[in-house]
Amino acid sequence: MASSDTDPRLLVLAPGDNIAVARLEIAADTTLSVAGRTVTLQRALGFGHKIALREIAAGEKIVKYGAPIGRATEAIPHGGYVHSHNLTSDYMASTVPVEAAP
Amino acid sequence: MSEIAMRGWRRSDGRKGIRNYVAVAYLVECAHHVSKEIAWPYREQGAHVIGFPGCYPNGYALKMMQRLCTHPNVGAVLLISLGCEGFNKKLLERTIKDSGRPVQLLAIQENGGTRSTIEKGRQWVEAQLAALAAQPTEPMDVSELVVGTICGGSDATSGLTANPAMGRAFDFLVAEKAATIFEETGELIGMEDWMAARAVTPELGAELKACVAKAARYYETLGYPSFAPGNADGGLTTIEEKSLGAYAKSGASPISGIIKPGDIPPRGGLYLLDVVPDGEVRFGFPNISDNAEIAELIACGSHVILFSTGRGSVVGSALAPVIKVCANPRTYARMADDMDVNAGRILEGTADLDTVGREIFDLIKQVGAGAATKSEGLGHQEFILTYKSFEPIGPACLPAVA
Repeated sequence: MASSDTDPRLLVLAPGDNIAVARLEIAADTTLSVAGRTVTLQRALGFGHKIALREIAAGEKIVKYGAPIGRATEAIPHGGYVHSHNLTSDYMASTVPVEAAP
Repeated sequence: MSEIAMRGWRRSDGRKGIRNYVAVAYLVECAHHVSKEIAWPYREQGAHVIGFPGCYPNGYALKMMQRLCTHPNVGAVLLISLGCEGFNKKLLERTIKDSGRPVQLLAIQENGGTRSTIEKGRQWVEAQLAALAAQPTEPMDVSELVVGTICGGSDATSGLTANPAMGRAFDFLVAEKAATIFEETGELIGMEDWMAARAVTPELGAELKACVAKAARYYETLGYPSFAPGNADGGLTTIEEKSLGAYAKSGASPISGIIKPGDIPPRGGLYLLDVVPDGEVRFGFPNISDNAEIAELIACGSHVILFSTGRGSVVGSALAPVIKVCANPRTYARMADDMDVNAGRILEGTADLDTVGREIFDLIKQVGAGAATKSEGLGHQEFILTYKSFEPIGPACLPAVA
């Protein structure tokens, strides 16, 4: 695991994963180490949200816990935030429903 | 840590129980009260109430009751009938008798009503508990264990801590040739291709995919949402990612087969329990609450259930101990009395998955050696069984025996 050169506030779930998740909310502008690179967060990273452990090319699988959870819709920089703006399901065309049910 | 010595009661089919209970089983809701009253004074000495509330017969419910009444943790069975219900009580009684267990069938209508049936039932239970207490135990190996897993009261922490830690414990169990069972096919949607690649044969892989497709159809008919906006707020982006959290309970071992409720795994390995009924959608939701699934895992022979919870479930079960693995450190702090394992330490950075997985594995062996789980100590003995319908599993589902 890349945990030794990754900030302890980030959880690397399995070897080979290309994302890590936040153990707790980390404020915007925080500078932290992500798999050997120093990254400053552009925005707050909520608990359970994902950050890229390396550069990820458009079309590449996002791997969490050793399993693919979809693919990148654009190139994601090392330390970049990973969510519905740049990650899409391989299973369903639209992942997040349009109508917001409470 | 020194080796934990499990001991079990050997049954006529060769399986061993880690508990030696008297099951008091009602065969229709009309006999529930009498059953509860019979067992109540002995609830801490090993009398457990199970039963089926329906008046109309159901093949699934009969099979479930047959398997539960001959579960290795059960040493004797008292059947309580009202007298006019549709349940095939004679067949159930014969199944129990054929297993070598003491069995008594009391019909309330033929035994003078409530008061005298309770009296007769209590006399029988008391005599059986005394006889069971004198039965010898034998050493029991990890390879003789069947362990089921379930999650309930999940939150965003479940998939990050408790579920994968239980998956790690499953890997340790499978490595020592125990049988392990995971389920909740409705929560595996999006994972099926990935899961199918772990099947021991391509034919089983195809069955695994079909199993998840059946669940997806079933839940769609019921109008069940598979991915809600709240999931995205919690950091989950895709349906695969959401399902991955539940899927993590299965660990990383090869998948040896698919079973349905009441099917006993033929040997060690990892099995998927298909809990979604076959055929058209009938009888409502497949499992109306966590204990319906727990009862099915127990009917498949599970000696112990691993239960992952984030928000904090408190349930246990009749017949088999439930080990509660708490995913969320805040929930653990609030409800420590109900929780056996604090997997939230993974989030706090004070323990890793292997450590918690090993802790769960050791706890299973301790419970197999007689230690009480938190829910057992608190007297939890929940049980629920409702109507369902199933076709038998196909030949590709258990490749090693076909």
